[in-house]
Amino acid sequence: MIAVHLPILQVVLPLIAAPLCVLFRARDLPWAIAAVATWTAFAISGLLLAQVYSVGVISYEIGDWAPPWGIEYRIDALNAFVLLVVSGVSAAVILFGRDSMLAEFGRSREYLFYTAYLLTFCGLLGVTITGDAFNLFVFLEISSLGTYVLIASGNNRRALLASYQYLILGTIGATFIVIGVGFLYAMTGTLNMIDLAGRVQAYGANTTIVVAFTFLVVGASLKLALFPLHLWLPAAYTYAPSMVSAFLAATATKVGLYVLVRFVFTIFGPEFSFVTLSLGLPLAILALVGMFVTSTVAIFQNDVKRMLAFSSVAQIGYMVLGISIHTMLGVAAGLMHLFNHALMKGALFCAVGCIVYRVGSSRLDAFAGAGRRMPWTMAAFCTGGISLIGLPLTAGFVGKWYLVLALIDRGWWPLAVLVVLSSMLAVIYIWRVVEVAYFRDPLPEAGPVEEAPLSLLLPTWALAFANIWFGIETSLNVSGAFAAAESILGGFGS
Amino acid sequence: MVLTDAIAAHFNYWIVIILMMTGFYLVIAHPNKINKLIGLTIFQTSVFILYISFAYVRGATAPIIVEGWDDYVNPLPHVLILTAIVVGIATTAVGLALVVRIHRAFGTIDEDEIQPLLTDP
Amino acid sequence: MNAADLILVAVFAPLVGAFLILVAGDQRANLRDTLMVLASVATFVPVATILPEVSAGGLPRVDVVEVVPGLPIAFEVEPLGMLFALIASFLWIITSFYAIGYMRGHHEGNQTRFFACFAIAISAAIGVAFAANMFTLFFAYEVLTISTYPLVAHHQDSEAQRAGRTYLGILLTTSICLQLVAIIWTWFAAGTLDFTPGGILAGKVTGPELGVLLFLYMYGIGKAALMPIHSWLPAAMVAPTPVSALLHAVAVVKAGVFTVLKVIIYIFGTETLRTTGVSEWLIYVAGFTIVAASCIALTKDNLKARLAYSTVSQLSYIVIGAALATPWAIMGAAMHIAMHAFGKITLFFCAGAIMVATHKTEISQMHGLGRRMPFTMGAFLLGALCVIGIPPFGGFWSKWHLVGGALDAGEMLVVAVLLISTLLNVAYLLPPVLYAFLLPPKPDDHDLEVGHHQHHGEAVALHSYGGEGHGHRDLEKRGGIREAPLFCVVPLCLTALGTIALFFYVEPLFGLLYGIIEAGTVTK
Repeated sequence: MIAVHLPILQVVLPLIAAPLCVLFRARDLPWAIAAVATWTAFAISGLLLAQVYSVGVISYEIGDWAPPWGIEYRIDALNAFVLLVVSGVSAAVILFGRDSMLAEFGRSREYLFYTAYLLTFCGLLGVTITGDAFNLFVFLEISSLGTYVLIASGNNRRALLASYQYLILGTIGATFIVIGVGFLYAMTGTLNMIDLAGRVQAYGANTTIVVAFTFLVVGASLKLALFPLHLWLPAAYTYAPSMVSAFLAATATKVGLYVLVRFVFTIFGPEFSFVTLSLGLPLAILALVGMFVTSTVAIFQNDVKRMLAFSSVAQIGYMVLGISIHTMLGVAAGLMHLFNHALMKGALFCAVGCIVYRVGSSRLDAFAGAGRRMPWTMAAFCTGGISLIGLPLTAGFVGKWYLVLALIDRGWWPLAVLVVLSSMLAVIYIWRVVEVAYFRDPLPEAGPVEEAPLSLLLPTWALAFANIWFGIETSLNVSGAFAAAESILGGFGS
Repeated sequence: MVLTDAIAAHFNYWIVIILMMTGFYLVIAHPNKINKLIGLTIFQTSVFILYISFAYVRGATAPIIVEGWDDYVNPLPHVLILTAIVVGIATTAVGLALVVRIHRAFGTIDEDEIQPLLTDP
Repeated sequence: MNAADLILVAVFAPLVGAFLILVAGDQRANLRDTLMVLASVATFVPVATILPEVSAGGLPRVDVVEVVPGLPIAFEVEPLGMLFALIASFLWIITSFYAIGYMRGHHEGNQTRFFACFAIAISAAIGVAFAANMFTLFFAYEVLTISTYPLVAHHQDSEAQRAGRTYLGILLTTSICLQLVAIIWTWFAAGTLDFTPGGILAGKVTGPELGVLLFLYMYGIGKAALMPIHSWLPAAMVAPTPVSALLHAVAVVKAGVFTVLKVIIYIFGTETLRTTGVSEWLIYVAGFTIVAASCIALTKDNLKARLAYSTVSQLSYIVIGAALATPWAIMGAAMHIAMHAFGKITLFFCAGAIMVATHKTEISQMHGLGRRMPFTMGAFLLGALCVIGIPPFGGFWSKWHLVGGALDAGEMLVVAVLLISTLLNVAYLLPPVLYAFLLPPKPDDHDLEVGHHQHHGEAVALHSYGGEGHGHRDLEKRGGIREAPLFCVVPLCLTALGTIALFFYVEPLFGLLYGIIEAGTVTK
């Protein structure tokens, strides 16, 4: 009986848990509520994925109002995959967050933090699961509002500036999406994604449709931090609390990518987007330029979180490059990298969070001597780093391999060579951290430092280990990505 | 004249465009953070007007079923915009809260004055 | 236990050993060192057990996991890999004893980390040896690079950091930017990365593209130290001598030339190379490396530096044999893997023994050392003669076959290069021995030398490769220089005798390797 209502429970449980955090604010209760809600959501997303693989597309009508008049939650292989990624990494990060947030934020307002976290989490899940275009906007804004609060919780006063900048840019992006949806509604009279797909694709290259397409693509690109619309991301990830950086790096941009994919592939259709409007080329160019520029900028950063933030923008470039190829291999590669990158950055940011917990800063200097004093933390960092570089038998390799396959399959082999070469840039900036950690003596002002507590290490290592696991046992990420790609491409693309 | 006819026929869209650009300009050009938020609100409002103006049907009445009327104005965009207005208010509230905190932390809310206060990370 | 299980044991035993070493830790040093020796034996035994099957022509194989469709991690043992694994695992046993003696005698720190990384590196080397396809080999190759990095940068001072950067920079850049590109290209052209007798590229890649692909592979395999990407090898000499001995005379560099041979025999196919002639340029590059590196070796006063450049030169013997691609050249190249390994490890063991016993690193300081350290310098002489390649030392056989192969191919230039470099080998390998035995000690030597060290502390004279200044007081107390500790001397004598043994017992080696050149892998 409950199984039928899983789609709505996926969103509603975190939503209800949020005010519970305000009510039960004693000691660790807010965190416990948040953790239970996150893990329940993770379990539900696992069940939904299994259901989609066995039964096919799940359609759930809110309030029993039939679509297209009612709002429909529609789960196919694509959003089931993304749901799993988002809730999975969140499950690890929330365990990490307990001691990390306590140290960085303090007990007195902790319940407000977890309330915002749960609202963000609910919003992200809602964006992914909904089958209604305007509902997507609403959930997107719910998650964004929560994100602004989460980022502003950082210790540094620059977190406030970062949050404000993200608020301005994020709202513009969301407003663009609303404009796009509005034009689509004006042309078709419906907001249901599947219904929209049928009607929009029947129109072809109508001016309004093209304008709507543009607004939607730009709006989604802002949310997903595609170069050059990534300007909000470095400051936001750097000054946010460690747990928030890990959480956002693994979820927010992934959901942004999902929004782009959903609009471009499902609603407008690959035929219209890539053949009529030639979206592939500009996306690929922006992705490639973004990859190289931001990787290079990452090398020169003195703060490790900022470095990882720029690295995230570069990795998003890989994902978008895969999508822009719009063949089965390409889209699957992009989605695979979505999965892998969430694991990679989750592990890396959590490792940095351990350093921040003990040393108090995420600057490169703070890592000095960490190799000796916090060996497990640095080992997790190195594992995430190796996966980022893309050595075989790590998750990062799998995504890059398929991306190279997709590029060569399309005949764009110079781009394939560029993708391989760009791994060298990752080697350099990961290398800087490794060298400081293992070769420099600890700073005297850092004081005595010991290994991070188990409560932080275990989630970090769970994510780091997942990088290796999914680099060897690739059935989930590979077949999941291919199933998702198939569901949105239909028969398009060779 | 053709031009005035064009403007008159689509005056709602013109208003939307003017408001949108005004708001956008405020966001970009003004260094004062509250002015930016005002610009953002104007920007969002233009979109609200866009939706609502879609909804209007000439010669129709309010969307309450009444005898003798066959045409009703489309209520759905109004509903959507109510939601969007709420979202907009929430965003403005968060934004203003941030501005208050920024003022407390930096002593000013003018970006040009904050810039030099930022030390290197 | 069948051969497939033995393969897995050989690959994973060192990893288990590394784990146990970490668990034992610095607190239980004796237990830890015993575990390392046991791990080395546990690695050698399965390898030796597989030998009969491979000698008889069998090709035991085990598939581990298919990471992505078309890219399996799999191991398959063929004669060349058998040879490499045998040498690596056997010499690990000997090096274990040597390393224990050296690290303790030199009062080195971080021994647990050292031995653990050592074990992981050996596991990677066995992985390279037994790799069934280029994907597995690439993975093991990269693990080898990463696991040997902490060994190179062991001392963690600024010199080690710099050397480590050069080491990692060159090896990772070449492997990612060149080798990986070559592998991807191969995969697309041939549809597979499996090592197949006769190669997988015949007809799939032709003309100048084949030459470019060969270039990508040869310079992508940075561990083979072709000029000009050889500079990681001298830089790596900052590592403690057991590292230089086993890894940079045997495991790492041999992994490089082994990969070169595998690529040439099983990916390109010697037939293809001979008929298309695309490896012509490689002959010249390798020949140049042989001569140039030997000349540089002549100019080096630091013993380890001289041996490093000698290694660069000797590695190109193997590359040139591979480039010639005639049956005898291939046989000579493969044999040289074994002969040079024993010879060079002896030489490095001696260099380390000298360092432990006397703290001397420069050849010019080694006058008269032979009287004090007869065993060490005696072994040095044997090792040198093996590298020079005269009977009754194993190195003779490999040079014999290389010259034969060059004559077969009609490359008189190569014959000349081999002869010239032999003369150069004599010129740079014999003087240390001669100085040691025939010249009287320098007047300002011995006790004064110790005082010199004490005055200037760690900084000055010890900045040549690997000179650390522990234990001056021991020297003073003992009243001068004596032979190095037993744990160091016995291994180097064993390997020195091994070079002689390889001369007389070359038949089994020849028989094993003949499997590579018969049955169409390398056609006459």
